[in-house]
This record gives sequence, C-alpha cells and structure tokens, in this order.
Amino acid sequence: MSEGTVKKFMFVNRKAPYGTIYALESLEVVLITAAFDQDVSLVFMDDGVFQLKKGQQTKGIENKNFSPTYRALDGYDIEKLYVEEEALAARGLTEDDLLVDVTVMPRAELGKLMDEMDVVLSF
Amino acid sequence: MSSIEVNGKSYETDEEGYLVNLADWNEDVGNYLAKTESVEMTDQHWEVINFLRDYYNEFQIAPAVRVLTKAIGKKLGPEKGTSQYLYALFPYGPAKQACKIAGLPKPTGCV
Amino acid sequence: MLHIVNKSSLERNALESCLHVAQDGAAILLIEDAVYAATRGNAASNHLRDALSRFKVYALAPDLEARGMGDRVLEGVSTVDYGGFVDLVTEHKNCQSWL
Repeated sequence: MSEGTVKKFMFVNRKAPYGTIYALESLEVVLITAAFDQDVSLVFMDDGVFQLKKGQQTKGIENKNFSPTYRALDGYDIEKLYVEEEALAARGLTEDDLLVDVTVMPRAELGKLMDEMDVVLSF
Repeated sequence: MSSIEVNGKSYETDEEGYLVNLADWNEDVGNYLAKTESVEMTDQHWEVINFLRDYYNEFQIAPAVRVLTKAIGKKLGPEKGTSQYLYALFPYGPAKQACKIAGLPKPTGCV
Repeated sequence: MLHIVNKSSLERNALESCLHVAQDGAAILLIEDAVYAATRGNAASNHLRDALSRFKVYALAPDLEARGMGDRVLEGVSTVDYGGFVDLVTEHKNCQSWL
C-alpha cells in the first residue's frame, strides 16, 4: 500500500437496520476500508440511529443480527462514531440505548464535519 | 453445494471448503478441515482456533488479520501477537486457514 | 459540497434532512423523483423556496421532462442536463447522496 495518502472518509448511515440492506452493506464496506489505514468516520442520522440500538434479537425474522459487529469497530481502530442528536430525540432514544460509545452532535455540526471530508459514502 | 463427511456425518461446505453452518462445527470437524489444509494441529493451533470462535461469537464476524494479530497479542501474550507467529502456525494465511478450520465464514475484506 | 437528492419529498424525508444538514453556500441537485419538489404548487416547494437564499439549487431537466413537469419549475432553481450533472460533481470537493 502506498504511504502518505490518508484520506478522510465518512460513511453516512440513514437507514434502519433490517428493512433494507443498506446498513449491513455499509458495515461491510467500513470493515474493508479499515484494512487500508484511512481516516474513517461513521455518522448515524435519521433512521440510521436505529442501527446502534441495544438488544436487537433477530431470531424471529431469520436475519443475521449484525449489531454486535459495531462493537468490533474499536478493534479495527475505527473510533469516530457520530450520532445525530435530533434523530435520537425524535425516536425516543438516548445515548444509553446505544450499544457503542458515540459522540452525539446536532445535525448542523454534522454538516460542517461532512464538508471537511475527502470522500463521503452514502447509505 | 459441496459437503464433507466426518464420523459418518455429512456437513455442508461452500465451494472453497468453508463450513456453511457455524453450528455444525466440533473438534472432529476442525481436525478434518485442518487435514484438508495440511495443518498438523497442536495446542498452539487450538489456542488460535478457540480464540477465533470466541471472537466470532462476540462480534459476529471473522477478524481481519491485522485485527486478529493485535487481539491475540492482548489475550495470549505479545510474543503470540505477531504475524510471524500466526503464519508459522497457518502458512497459507491465518485468516483464511484458521477461519476455515474454526468453521467460520471467510473474513470480510480478507486480503 | 454537492448534495444529491433522488426521492420525492412527499414520500421520504431525504430533502428535509439534506436542508437541515447542508451548510450555507452548498449546491443541492434534485434528480429522479426529487425533482417534484422543485415544481410550483408542490407542497414541498415551500421548504425549497425558503432554502433558495442559502443554497444553489439545481434540478435535472431530463427527469423533469420525463415527468411532464418541465414547464413548471420553481423560480430560482436552475435546470441542468446530464453534462451539467457531471460538471457539478467535478466542481465540488465531495458529494453526499441522500438516498
């Protein structure tokens, strides 16, 4: 891998976990990107905040429960997780409902952060 | 779909020989899969295999090599947390070979 | 930066979220079903009209025409063809698609 070409990547997650494939696809791309030593941030906005809800049990819908994988991100050196404050509030959630440590931020702040990125991947 | 037979029981595998159902795995199956990879299993090998299975149970993924190396170093001691150590045990790649023997799917982003 | 929206704002919240997050001076391109928001009389166009002072808003002409809405584009919205779409992407440092 070539040295010195670290880019700022942001993954924007806006979909709930099981209704569509977006959340799982995003997570897989994040894990692959981690192998290339880039500066990776994850943002959870709108229904995307549901991806991080504690206590997911998917046996009944016969889907793979991929929520434990968010806990593995730390081991992949992906530590920048941002969650939209307004989205949590609109869904009756607080930081305590989330299965990983995150930074909660108003959406306008997230917009500023997004502007600074080299690459934005949208899910 | 392919399959393997161990102790008279048939287990489904994918075309690369990875077990399809994680729950099918037991030590005999592990030993069989090791033989197909020409890996002679020792306590050191089992230590890695058990680590991988624990990791998968906790996080629902097989770790990338870099992540595995770091995590093994933390859990089993720094002298084991090197790619040299893991490649000595699993010459064709710890992710690929050890995951197969552990009955896990091929790791995401396996390079 | 460039924001792209492709869902009707009467069906999804994509445009609304985009307008909340986009920073002043950003470009917003409406394509596919999102172009309805840029047409006169659409309930969502009020939001968009308020946003015109803060953002540059574009709508993809072929998508407007395909939907029979080419003749009622909101004042202040610029229409672009596919070439203009490509220009917008290349002119901006990065791009978020509000899927």
